[in-house]
Amino acid sequence: MTTTPSAITSAPGLLRLFTCGSVDDGKSTLIGRLLHDSRSLHEDQIDSVRRASERRGQDALDLSLLTDGLRAEREQGITIDVAYRYFATARRRFILADTPGHVQYTRNMATGASTADVAIVLIDARQGVVEQTRRHACLSALLGVSRIVVCINKMDLVGYQLPRFEAVREQFLEFARRARPDGEGTVSELVDIDFIPISALNGDNVVEQSAHMPWFQGPPLLHLLESLPAGGGPVDQGVRLPVQRVIRPNSPDHHDYRGYAGRLASGAMRVGDPIRVLPSGLRSTIKAMHIGPTSVESVSAPLSCAVELHDDLDISRGDMLVGEPSDHAFPGPSVLSAVEAAVIWMSPLPLTPRRRLLLKHTTRQCSAVAVDIPRRLNMQTLELEPKAETLALHELGRVRFRLAEPIVADAYRQNRTTGSFILIDEHTNNTVGAGLIVSDPTDSGGILSVDGIGRK
Amino acid sequence: MTSALSRNARPGHLELLEAESIEIIREVASECERPALLFSGGKDSIVMLHLAVKAFWPAKLPFPVLHIDTGHNFPEVIQYRDRMLARLGERLIVQTVDDAIRRGIVYEPPGTTSRNLAQIPTLLDAIAEHRFDALFGGARRDEEKARAKERIFSFRNAMGQWDPKNQRPELWSAYNTRLTRASAASDAFEHFRVFPLSNWTELDVWEYIDAETIDIPSIYLSHQRDIVVRAGRICPVSDLFPARPGERVERRTVRFRTVGDMTCTAGVESPASSIRDIIQETISARTSERGARLDDTISESAMEDRKREGYF
Repeated sequence: MTTTPSAITSAPGLLRLFTCGSVDDGKSTLIGRLLHDSRSLHEDQIDSVRRASERRGQDALDLSLLTDGLRAEREQGITIDVAYRYFATARRRFILADTPGHVQYTRNMATGASTADVAIVLIDARQGVVEQTRRHACLSALLGVSRIVVCINKMDLVGYQLPRFEAVREQFLEFARRARPDGEGTVSELVDIDFIPISALNGDNVVEQSAHMPWFQGPPLLHLLESLPAGGGPVDQGVRLPVQRVIRPNSPDHHDYRGYAGRLASGAMRVGDPIRVLPSGLRSTIKAMHIGPTSVESVSAPLSCAVELHDDLDISRGDMLVGEPSDHAFPGPSVLSAVEAAVIWMSPLPLTPRRRLLLKHTTRQCSAVAVDIPRRLNMQTLELEPKAETLALHELGRVRFRLAEPIVADAYRQNRTTGSFILIDEHTNNTVGAGLIVSDPTDSGGILSVDGIGRK
Repeated sequence: MTSALSRNARPGHLELLEAESIEIIREVASECERPALLFSGGKDSIVMLHLAVKAFWPAKLPFPVLHIDTGHNFPEVIQYRDRMLARLGERLIVQTVDDAIRRGIVYEPPGTTSRNLAQIPTLLDAIAEHRFDALFGGARRDEEKARAKERIFSFRNAMGQWDPKNQRPELWSAYNTRLTRASAASDAFEHFRVFPLSNWTELDVWEYIDAETIDIPSIYLSHQRDIVVRAGRICPVSDLFPARPGERVERRTVRFRTVGDMTCTAGVESPASSIRDIIQETISARTSERGARLDDTISESAMEDRKREGYF
């Protein structure tokens, strides 16, 4: 059997991006424009938008109707939930998440942002930077995009004038140099920032260079997106394999098979590599690995596989297989009984100290109690308020939790998978918060061990 | 089963999609109590079944396969279903619309030809009977704009309904699998629809079928068939669905891009006789695959409305 990779699979890496900005900044129109002008739409999709536009008495194609897929969205002309679009140019594949602008749907914006490499932040050139711009840029930087592309939109409505573009850019940069979304680095320290003047409605600088703004020397948006580096692969890091399931067929053909199944969060493993199990600290070596029925010599993140070990150890769902620190230049994970994290709160009922929640971190779910809220970000003033009493809906703050069971964690900046968790209300079963573990987990105070070796 | 995806240091596009899907499937099997995999014999559910087999190899699937049989299927697809499940040795549950009609769960007004809507109560009844708490579906977000909005773990209330305005946040791959399950105290219970192929496109599915040499029903490939042209669409005719008065039956070289009921699936004229041909055709297609589905062209909200009620 041979595999002939298609033209697309061998193209530069997939880029995951999302669009955000305030209401009426033109996000859905921009996406429609990107899809339309990059010829990613089928005839029947354009026809259906044309018919719907006509029914609404609009002359031009209303490209926002392509992504506003819910009845309530079309009725109100707003985006409520994130819509995912898949398109490819001759140079690259994209997954694009169109996220809502309304503050009440911030949780849906965070959903789209959590897996993205690049954020497109739209700003209405007439309005300049507003609170939603700041909130979305802070969340983007916090959730770990490597780059923010600020599209200053509706340039047609300000006469395509350079001074307006420069004024809005300066406004954004002033904010980015001040805001510290996780209480540590500023937005401009955390991410790279580009600025493009566009008119999504008319297509200026979206796919084609604008004839109206000769003063802008940079590439149009799509060209920029085609040339950005793909999301940093988590291969060049220590091995982290959260165990999802132990596969035990108990069949005559595979009587003694015991496979630890999971998706490699980072690193690369080879047959024969030494491995440790955390939090227990037990050690073994890799005997064999499979992806489906295919035996493989090595596996790298982020693939799913099943691992067999030489020794018969007590390993179950929620444990993590990690590489030996001596074999890597990478710091090991920490085993924590308490954790400090930047939290995005997503429930109408505010978070208060002593609140009990369920915390799901990789494949482990345990009870957690909020101890205190050492810092909270004020979105208006960008001040970090010390010792907050509550964290309300859509607020960002640092929260310390005590855990009923230890977790094996890295800092979010090192590892998006082992550095994040979600918070679940055990009565409503809703997801009420998202946590991003701070840069030095050993500051949390609940350190049990680092690397499964040193005990503090 | 063979696997031909290359295993390089930097995984390719199909490998990334496969890895994500397998993670989702394992997560459901580990956290839900009574999952089942919805299987129609269409290409998406075939790929999903293939991924599920890979996720648990060398063990058997830790859940059954469920087919909601409208009784209007292409015979080639039913033969394929039975052949595939027998070869894998996995458990198949077939719930038929005909049976649901007999039991009074579904009312079919006289003259109805499409059983598209009749599938919904049939499916919800199967969920209640077997107390399923998670159903894998092969829907993809690139298919349709209401599907583009749906979570991978899509919550359904005790009535089996989707509330698109109040979906749970779903960050990273940290899936919230909590719900109120069936208990002795209550007959009303919630469930999930889980979509492991959410991030796949039509082209990805075909490229994966090619790379993994997965067997598919013959109607996807070019063949000679009796058809009528109805409202510009190429509709198959059969004993169950003969030509209407005044229609002219022709024999043409066609294939099908999606596999639904014979009543709502239109064919395309195509010489594509191999998966490679289909891939080429998909790349250059000027209409989307659901353009051939009569059930989606009823209104702008046809898919959303059916999904709210409990459709796949």
